[in-house]
Amino acid sequence: MKKLFLILAGLTALFLAYATYLALKVAPTDALQGDVYRIIYYHVPSAWTAFLLFFINFIASVQYLARTKASLQKAVQWFVIGIGVVGVIATFLPQVQALLPTGMRPSAVATTVLAIPAFYFLLGWKFPGDRMDMLALTAAEVGVVFCTIVLVTGPIWARPVWGIWWAPGDIRLTSTLVLWLIYVSYLVLRRFSSSAQTQIIAAALAVFGALDVPLVYFSIWFFRTQHPQPVIGGGGSMDPRMLHTLLISWMAFLCFAFLVCWSRFRLELLKREAEQAEAMESLVGAGTAAKASLPLSRSAR
Amino acid sequence: MNSFWAVTTATLVKDIRLEWRSKDALNSMLFFSLLVVVIFVFSFDPLAEESRHIVGGLVWIAFLFAAVVALNQTWARELRNQVLDAYRVSPAPANGLFLAKTLGNFIFVCVLEALMAPLFVIFYNLHVLGPAWQLVPIALLGTWALVVNGTFFAAMSLRTRNREIMLPLLLFPVSIPAVIGMVAGTTAILTGENSAHFYIVLLLTYDVVFTTASLALFKTILHAE
Repeated sequence: MKKLFLILAGLTALFLAYATYLALKVAPTDALQGDVYRIIYYHVPSAWTAFLLFFINFIASVQYLARTKASLQKAVQWFVIGIGVVGVIATFLPQVQALLPTGMRPSAVATTVLAIPAFYFLLGWKFPGDRMDMLALTAAEVGVVFCTIVLVTGPIWARPVWGIWWAPGDIRLTSTLVLWLIYVSYLVLRRFSSSAQTQIIAAALAVFGALDVPLVYFSIWFFRTQHPQPVIGGGGSMDPRMLHTLLISWMAFLCFAFLVCWSRFRLELLKREAEQAEAMESLVGAGTAAKASLPLSRSAR
Repeated sequence: MNSFWAVTTATLVKDIRLEWRSKDALNSMLFFSLLVVVIFVFSFDPLAEESRHIVGGLVWIAFLFAAVVALNQTWARELRNQVLDAYRVSPAPANGLFLAKTLGNFIFVCVLEALMAPLFVIFYNLHVLGPAWQLVPIALLGTWALVVNGTFFAAMSLRTRNREIMLPLLLFPVSIPAVIGMVAGTTAILTGENSAHFYIVLLLTYDVVFTTASLALFKTILHAE
């Protein structure tokens, strides 16, 4: 396990270095913005990674809440399958296709919709019991880090290009900021909540946060947006070399995020095992506790 | 269903009676928002035209902060003498309790708004240029939006350390769309520059979504111990 981690860490470092080389040397300079645009090779991959992690946190939280009751779990499973089926069928109806922005292919939308049930069942299978909650915590923590990178690199780029650091009321900027605030409050709640039921409370907050994001988006509908259109699926055109560099950067960032999540998850696992061992020790005495098998452990020793 | 309404009305009547006799929440909210208004008056000295653009924000900031004062006391009362534990073991529907607490807070904050709104008019020389009656749905829907989430998050933060500071930390990020709706809607009506219909629909959507979510999850939160 440790060896695999080190190998992956080395590969990720190489990958990140290669992505940096591509971003700074190979990718052509933007005709209008000059070299300043190169920050998107950090900004956009961090944003995608952060959104993916928040999405994982949401799925994990829903699943954790659903597990409190068997009937609820069944209902949520069927609901998720329903989203997949209805979503895929809907994207091929001409009425729905007319609503999609130009340049967004229906097959791409269908794949994205299918990711919801796929993630749900994959995570449910891989993370039994309390591990689901640890996954939610890990994803939220690492997601906040990547979202912070997005919120820092954005103004650095905006200052020379727009002439202002921050565009108040911009739809993308505001919704990303609110998402960040919600997840920071999620982490604060987890830090301050001392009871054994932190998990349930935090999962409920994650669901509230996820419900909030579309409403934030909707609430600033009338404010004009300054943010550039999405580079993929938004109908914008981009030099293929730039797109290539962007995708390589994203892959490198994903590997990095995966590594950080892995070690954070492992840390949380060991921390909870240590807590359980302590609790057990105080319950049954030192001698028996050392021999007792710990329910969470896979390869702790 | 009968027992649901019985629990709701019994708790609501009890809360209102307690508040009527002690006036704890209402007095502290009133004095708090009065202080906020006075501090705002000293901080900004606007002309009538400018004040139309900023009062929407000031009013709702004052009410938001004042509402937190009341919301923090919602459940604290039930912790004494283990009343909340008695609720947990009783077969009474949890949502009835939640609805009663939310309605109680809604009434208190509405009373506060009715008392404080004239002060804003006096201090800032307000003349409403748009259709003034639309301020009523915005105030009612906006207050419900604050109160329904606030009551829920107050129940959530019961089990945390620093309970009093936890509530705004949880409530404010999730309330941002509602605050945008209230402030932008109020400003639209005061200045008469554009229609507030969009914001009323926004607040209505927000209320429906979060009332449903709170009712669906409250039982889990109450029994989480």
